[in-house]
Amino acid sequence: MDAAALVASLQQAVPEAALETVPSVDLHPTIYASRDHLPAVARALRDAADLKFAFLAELTVADYWPREPRFEVVYIMVSLVHRTRLRMKVRLSGADAHLATVSGIWPAANWLEREVWDLFGIVFDGHPDPRRLLMPEDWEGFPLRKDSPVQIRRPPHTTEPLQVTAEEFRQNLERDRLSRHE
Amino acid sequence: MGIESEFEIPVLTTTVEKMVQWARRSSIWPVTFGLACCAIEMMAMSCSRYDIARFGAEVFRGSPRQSDLMIVAGRLSRKMAPALRRIYDQMPEPKWVISMGACASIGGVFDNYAIVQGVDQVVPVDVYVPGCPPRPESLIYGIVELQRKIAQQRLAS
Repeated sequence: MDAAALVASLQQAVPEAALETVPSVDLHPTIYASRDHLPAVARALRDAADLKFAFLAELTVADYWPREPRFEVVYIMVSLVHRTRLRMKVRLSGADAHLATVSGIWPAANWLEREVWDLFGIVFDGHPDPRRLLMPEDWEGFPLRKDSPVQIRRPPHTTEPLQVTAEEFRQNLERDRLSRHE
Repeated sequence: MGIESEFEIPVLTTTVEKMVQWARRSSIWPVTFGLACCAIEMMAMSCSRYDIARFGAEVFRGSPRQSDLMIVAGRLSRKMAPALRRIYDQMPEPKWVISMGACASIGGVFDNYAIVQGVDQVVPVDVYVPGCPPRPESLIYGIVELQRKIAQQRLAS
């Protein structure tokens, strides 16, 4: 299935979505989508009978700073039924870098979106767990943005905050003690 | 020859301090802790071709509580720094640290936001081993230098 056929069948499922095709050099069909109807488009990609892109292989973003719109969020999906791949991109401007989460549609998107937030500062509206993934929790800035400084001098943390409360710790001990006596 | 010649069985006299220094430096137990590719050279050092057992430091322990030496083998990311410090804190005294390779010592080629520019910001380092990665012979030399250092550490200062 080529990009034009994909767009045609996707347009049928989501008539209001703004879609366009672009030529790709690696023979994977590539389309652009607007962020406005992203959840509907994603759901149609997963569920429509002639698409069935049930497997989200990758979700990442490219920063084309200083061009505007500078970000392109990239979704790479696989249709195991139809044995085909699809690359979908969404353009985002630097001043307004947010779009809807797809983690409710593909659970695999959960950590991928956290990683994109962590390193590029793209906000995923409605994400269930919007914490940093790779950088320390209190890190300031988004290190993989093209305008972010690379060589940052700051002292490293040598301790990490307690991950259980004193009450939880006592409960763990009690549960452990009971399990030994049974 | 002093008091030794007074006995019929062979004996040696020494001081407690010398004996403790000898015991400490002759059985350094490193903690099993590799961070990156330098750990491959560390493993090679402990295996038969280079055989650190000749210097008594071949017993890599799985628990920091049984270890004397931490070989920081590889680049230390900021996220890993608290874990490294915790492992160091769990090791019983006396303990030593070898910073192995360019990345552990000064950050190496990774002069960026993610990598700690020298593990001496996190733990006190006794011996720095240069190289990228250091050959097993270099690390063995580092351990021998550490043994020399241990031999000079006084029990009471």
